[in-house]
Amino acid sequence: MFLYVRKHPDVLAHLNKHLNFLRPHLKQPTVSSKVFIQRDYSSGTICKFQTKFPSELESRLDKRQFEETIQTLNNLYAEAEKLGGKSYLEGFLACLTAYTIFLCMETHYEKVLQKIARYIKDQNEKVYAPRGLLLTDPIERGLRVVEITIFEDRSIGSGR
Amino acid sequence: MSAVMITRKVRKWEKLPGKNTFCCDGRVMMARQKGVFYLTLFLIVGTCSLFFAFECPYLAVHLSPAIPVFAVFLFFFVIAMLLRTSFSDPGVLPRALPEEATFIEMEIEAANGNVPAGQRPPPRIRNVQINNQIVKLKYCYTCKIFRPPRASHCSICDNCVDRFDHHCPWVGNCVGKRNYRYFYLFTMTLSLLTIYIFTFNIVHVVMREYPVLVCFFTLWSVVGLTGFHTYLISLNQTTNEDIKGSWSGKNRVQNPYSHKNIIKNCCEVLCGPTYPSVLDRRGLTKEELSASASNSSNPTPQTMNTSSREEQPPASKGPPLASPDTDAETALAKDKTH
Repeated sequence: MFLYVRKHPDVLAHLNKHLNFLRPHLKQPTVSSKVFIQRDYSSGTICKFQTKFPSELESRLDKRQFEETIQTLNNLYAEAEKLGGKSYLEGFLACLTAYTIFLCMETHYEKVLQKIARYIKDQNEKVYAPRGLLLTDPIERGLRVVEITIFEDRSIGSGR
Repeated sequence: MSAVMITRKVRKWEKLPGKNTFCCDGRVMMARQKGVFYLTLFLIVGTCSLFFAFECPYLAVHLSPAIPVFAVFLFFFVIAMLLRTSFSDPGVLPRALPEEATFIEMEIEAANGNVPAGQRPPPRIRNVQINNQIVKLKYCYTCKIFRPPRASHCSICDNCVDRFDHHCPWVGNCVGKRNYRYFYLFTMTLSLLTIYIFTFNIVHVVMREYPVLVCFFTLWSVVGLTGFHTYLISLNQTTNEDIKGSWSGKNRVQNPYSHKNIIKNCCEVLCGPTYPSVLDRRGLTKEELSASASNSSNPTPQTMNTSSREEQPPASKGPPLASPDTDAETALAKDKTH
């Protein structure tokens, strides 16, 4: 049973609100294109994304900023999937209760996913939305890709 | 001519592609054919009921009351593990949305370069290096993604499943990353239960000279299966990899996922983190039902959660790409799907 609460309301609606505040002459941001950051399988099947900076974002975003976001995400996923005493203990105790304990308790992975959702929301508000970009939580795409939506930049000068 | 759009909220499981059946408003997920699963349930419940009805009263009185108590505990654990295996999401990977599919197609075209007309394009493979071994990732034409390592497409459920082991008709579901440990515990505790019942059958027969028909062969097949999966777990392999011989043979790569330590492999598979389902089955999405016939000028919906798969055709406008029928490798892969 997956107790993780999905993001509601729509992040796009939140972004709309933000963009409308910054650039009130815009009615609705139009999607220019999307970039998909693929998974990095060099360390095995653990959830890790490539830190290679896509060329489509060169005009919008700092390479360092992008790498920092992806690296933090990778570290958070590594924390979720860490094999160690804590995860073994959780697995063993859950087995003893025939896994019924997960009906009332969140797993460690779910807790970290909530942390990731908060981090992405924070990054969107502080870094990506001001640049006309939107990060989509990888869980919404099956943990396959980090989708970055690039919105059309209609204003010539920055509205800030 | 204006189209009247009526939107209604539906749960995402109602819009999921694939051949799964869902119950309890998306909480339960199984394969379409459930007949053998009902048989499994019937056999386990039936055999245990006979044991509790005919043998336990005698054994409790003449030997120990702990015998039926432990049997009850074991029985409930077996049923819990069976239901957990059958009803949970095995680790299904959601299909690529149109934009992602187009992005991948463009990357493939860029990698392949110009293919002369009349020639079959090369098979879609991506090579990745995992722990100094080269692993080939295959492209799934149905899901329009490059399958992650160890994932495979189940033709019965029509889904790509992460760490695909096999499709088990006895549990009525695929066995994959998320439910493999429950499947293993199910076979192991079922073996214990069968051995337990078998042993006390013999004891009962000896004590009372009571003629009893015991199913010997079921015991060995279940115990055999448990032994096979114990072997797989100790090597961190899946049934799928074992059947295809991915890591065996002289010229093949070594298994890059194994920790080379039996204890660590077992711990990872059985006591590793519990992976969440990436299918948001109970999430809400909007379904747009157009009341008018003219749909040609539908703008691309801007909301993130709208399931746009039914409303618009794939956005790819490039040259016709290889279909799965012309790709020999995919055809072979389809034949081998277990």
